[in-house]
Amino acid sequence: MNHTASNANCSEPSGKPIIFVALRASIVFIILCGILYPLAMTGLAQLFMPHQANGSLIKDASGNTVGSELIGQSFVDPKYFQSRVSSIEYKAEASGSNNYAPSNPDMLKRTQDSIAAWQKENPDVPISELPIALITNSGSGLDPHITPQSAEVQIPRISRLTGIPAGRLEQLVDKHTEGRDLGIFGEPRVNVLKLNIDLQTLLQ
Amino acid sequence: MGILQILIVIAIVVLLVKPLGTYVYHVYSNDPNKTDKWFGWLERFIYRLIGLKNRPGMTWKRYAVSFLLTNIVLVALGYLILRLQKYLPFNPNGIENMEQTLSFNTIISFMTNTNLQHYSGETGLTYFSQMAVIMMMMFTSAATGFSVAIAFIRGITGKGATIGNFFEDFVKSHTRIFIPAAVVVTLVLVALQVPQTLDPVLTVKTLEGASQNIAIGPVASLESIKHLGTNGGGFFGANSAHPFENPTPLTNVIEILSMWLLPASLPYVYGRFAKNTKQGWVVFGAMMTLFVGFLSLIYFSELRGNPAMNVLGIDASQGSMEGKEVRFGIPQSSLFSAVTTAATTGTVNNMHDTLTPLGGLGTLAEMMLNVVFGGKGVGLVNMLMYAILGVFLCGLMVGRTPEFLGRKIEPREMKLIAIAILAHPFIILAPTAIAFLTDLGQGSITNPGSHGISQVLYEYTSSAANNGSGFEGLADNTPFWNLTTGLVMLLGRYISMIAMLAVAGSLVRKQWVPETIGTFRTDNGLFYGILIGTVLIIGALTFLPAIVLGPIAEHLKLG
Repeated sequence: MNHTASNANCSEPSGKPIIFVALRASIVFIILCGILYPLAMTGLAQLFMPHQANGSLIKDASGNTVGSELIGQSFVDPKYFQSRVSSIEYKAEASGSNNYAPSNPDMLKRTQDSIAAWQKENPDVPISELPIALITNSGSGLDPHITPQSAEVQIPRISRLTGIPAGRLEQLVDKHTEGRDLGIFGEPRVNVLKLNIDLQTLLQ
Repeated sequence: MGILQILIVIAIVVLLVKPLGTYVYHVYSNDPNKTDKWFGWLERFIYRLIGLKNRPGMTWKRYAVSFLLTNIVLVALGYLILRLQKYLPFNPNGIENMEQTLSFNTIISFMTNTNLQHYSGETGLTYFSQMAVIMMMMFTSAATGFSVAIAFIRGITGKGATIGNFFEDFVKSHTRIFIPAAVVVTLVLVALQVPQTLDPVLTVKTLEGASQNIAIGPVASLESIKHLGTNGGGFFGANSAHPFENPTPLTNVIEILSMWLLPASLPYVYGRFAKNTKQGWVVFGAMMTLFVGFLSLIYFSELRGNPAMNVLGIDASQGSMEGKEVRFGIPQSSLFSAVTTAATTGTVNNMHDTLTPLGGLGTLAEMMLNVVFGGKGVGLVNMLMYAILGVFLCGLMVGRTPEFLGRKIEPREMKLIAIAILAHPFIILAPTAIAFLTDLGQGSITNPGSHGISQVLYEYTSSAANNGSGFEGLADNTPFWNLTTGLVMLLGRYISMIAMLAVAGSLVRKQWVPETIGTFRTDNGLFYGILIGTVLIIGALTFLPAIVLGPIAEHLKLG
């Protein structure tokens, strides 16, 4: 290192050389970090992990692409397992939520409406068993999961509407219940789209 | 299980502080070492490209001019790209040019390492802008912050007249830390399903036969540096709550570690430079203590849930799930929120606007103090500023000239530190007051009551601390918010950086005072307590009234 040798330079008051170095450094790092790096990463990802790199798309039993396993969908038909509340109705060209504060009266109103709708569609399940996760809005508005309990409480309704025995539906929910990552991180969950793809097969 | 998974992540951080800190020390100590072999060739090539023939040590003024000029050039080029993005390549989704005040806000936001976002990535930026502006600045702003922190450490620990060469530090931050780490984390994230493509928005037919458009893009390469550089600006509007940015609890842990490890290891790096690692552990201990306190506040109040929802008769035992993702639940969401506001990253995996009042208070308080780990370098510099203040206060009590690391602390240093410490609350509270006094500010509040106060307070606190997260309900893409938060971010970043470089420049030239039995020690348990006390007292004195009007009032009303 030449720190000591060139200490004299540092007292140079002239700012001229610095601006040229700054300009050239900026251009070099725009090219290196802003163009070469992301393009190289895209190339490697596409070459070695195309499924993940392109959004983990998922097919139904007959081979049609029906969405991404990571992006939630809105299920209107009560014969299907329902996803969580989404203010953007799972329209994934955008993302986000209403950002309701805990004290916001609009959120309270929305939740009361959800509870009333639940009681109407699920007369067999008391609201004391209705999990909070199912009637709250996720942060992304695209949550692909519901809690295992949120899936179980929907079984009586689906069984009644479709005629599929509750035991068979329970097997289906069990099959699609994912545990915590590495047995410790996160929460157990059920992917609604994957579950409904299997349910659709049963329906046909 | 909730507490255990949090403890495991904290344990990983504590275990990795020493090895990582040792590596970072070698990078900047400028003594020959093994890593020269791997990275030296690339650095020599870059030095030649940028016309840096030799790399003389700089005075603090020259160092400050160098980093400011580099940032100004990057801001100018980045601004041009945003304003002209429609005409540039990689725009498969046909996105328009960005509006003036929004471009101003965005470019300041990313250059200052804040990453406050008044746009939504899905609709506001082309892939070229995401790469050449956003990702590029995520590297360069982090490298700038890291370099300045190292220069400050050299100043307060070293002997001699200079604090290092900015361009050398800047290049090495990229070549030896951020680029290699970003490459590894990007590929791991892709393996765990984070997309990385240049294809346009996907359109699929859903299971029920409806049409769904899915925004996608080069997400993983942004996601890695977003956390490693404590930047925090999301590819998508929903940031790390979006399943493409953060698909599993495992990616959540990786993102937490990515943003936390480097800031956490800096106190150790400081200890190495000071040739007394105990100095570093005292600072680390103080940071970790404050962190665990705020994390507990967030975790337990989210777990307790929202009283207004708990009385509705549903099963609310899981806690407050509004604005949170099922895969993360309360533990991974609380930990993420505590780390992102501590490390001033500003990435979010749940919506902070929806946090319970005391949970929101935890995130707000970490940014107000701005010393709990802190963003790339800045947190350590702020904490050392409080350390010098603590020494000064103790000196006053016993009537001795205060000393820090063997050098006398005199009026010039204390004046600079006072400016830096007072600037932070001033640029938060003054604009907050202005926003409440004007229709332009008030009109953007979306949640009624005390929470509206929290929304505004959070926005400016996040800007001043260069954090960048938001109570995102605030309708903040208006010229008023774009310009005021832009200015707050600028002042928040550069006042303290320049003041602290000046302190370093003045300390580095001072005579060493030999240590005697009367020297006040800064590497023991007593000083750990004094440090925490100084931070909390100054923080409480400045921010308590504002906090009482916002989150505390909301908490009391909710019951």
